[in-house]
Amino acid sequence: MAKLHVTTTINGEPTEFLCDPSESLLDVLRDTLGLTGSKEGCGTGDCGACSITLDGRLTCSCLVLAPEVEGHEIGTIEGMAKGDELHPLQQKFLEMAALQCGICTPGMLIAARSLLERNPDPSETEVRFWLAGNLCRCTGYDKIVRAVLETAAEMRSAA
Amino acid sequence: MTDIRYLAPPTLDEAVRAFAAAQGAARILAGGTDLLVQMRNGMAKPGTIIDIKKIPELSSVTEAADGSFWVGAAVSGAVLAEHPRFGTVWPGVLEAINLIGSTQVQGRASPGGNLCHGSPAADSVPAMVAAGAVLTIAGPNGRRTLPVEAFPAGPGRTNLAAGEILVGFTLPPRPAGSGDAYLRMIPRTEMDIAVVGVGVSLTMAGGVVTAARVGLGAAAPTVLLVADAARALVGSRLDDAALDAAAAACSAACKPIDDKRGTIVYRTKVAAVLLKRAANIAADRAQGKA
Repeated sequence: MAKLHVTTTINGEPTEFLCDPSESLLDVLRDTLGLTGSKEGCGTGDCGACSITLDGRLTCSCLVLAPEVEGHEIGTIEGMAKGDELHPLQQKFLEMAALQCGICTPGMLIAARSLLERNPDPSETEVRFWLAGNLCRCTGYDKIVRAVLETAAEMRSAA
Repeated sequence: MTDIRYLAPPTLDEAVRAFAAAQGAARILAGGTDLLVQMRNGMAKPGTIIDIKKIPELSSVTEAADGSFWVGAAVSGAVLAEHPRFGTVWPGVLEAINLIGSTQVQGRASPGGNLCHGSPAADSVPAMVAAGAVLTIAGPNGRRTLPVEAFPAGPGRTNLAAGEILVGFTLPPRPAGSGDAYLRMIPRTEMDIAVVGVGVSLTMAGGVVTAARVGLGAAAPTVLLVADAARALVGSRLDDAALDAAAAACSAACKPIDDKRGTIVYRTKVAAVLLKRAANIAADRAQGKA
């Protein structure tokens, strides 16, 4: 079977890759393009560790076929910091120790950024519902939720 | 490596031709939240995947001049949630669709896929049944329409004929004084499969119900239109007697299974409870109280 040639944009960079027709976007990101920040937890859309944005919309890259992204824009965790400057969410996750093993962290960060882009002043309930598709198996959710709320407050006062 | 073809036709005609040509070996891809999981666990082994998201008619939400809504089969829950008008006119349909899965899943999953998956517990379907949605279906012999309640044929089965594709939903114009609601019972706060789900749509005038439709999910091999429950509500002021009669009709319509989510007895009882609660929410919305 011939591979498909796909042209897309990842973190603002025009990108091309070859893939099998049934390959997931997550596998292409990790195995073909070396963007291993997106993690595979379940592979079935339950855990959110592979969260990315597709044309600005949060989704699981394990539930996207690689050929689907032809002509679309992808955002991954690798594009979150600007050079050495961390995104405020990344900085706050570090300061507040909102992570332990770190596997869920890229997905948490991508999902949280997507929330704050749409709702700069979320309630704790809104944060918990928005992040319900991101599972953490070690540190629990409290520190993560608090870090998101704290970041939101700081970004509001800085704006 | 399996020999799979991926197609993303820009027109419905091309999609129908490709789907028919594959003679049952193709699967339609909208959000992929069911299909990709099925492919991964080996339940689905399509020879061809036909991505319908590049077809404008299947990817659009439009409100017509007469107040009816068109929802293309591939429209995601997130797109519907962000539509400036859809959730105002059809809050019950929207809440049912938005109950499905996580934020990530909402970004992709479509009510069209939810319907075509054929689950008796599909959350959006009882709400669509209550709304009186009419489907447009396209196949090798042209287009046809079908009331949404006539679409499911059994668990995992639909009344799509060979080569037919779901194009989308038409929700009828909404008379003044209308409201709808969907409630489901799950043992968690979200991200679970309905033990029972009930959708109610009402039109009211002067506190009296003038039109009603009731959809019931996860309580029979298919989602059901419960006409007897609707009849019990029409002409009433949603007094206890009318609600009791409609609730009893809802329970009577149940033909559920015993499984890990709930027993036959439990589901039959909960169907009645949800009917009453959903009817009251729909009535509040119809009368502008919520």
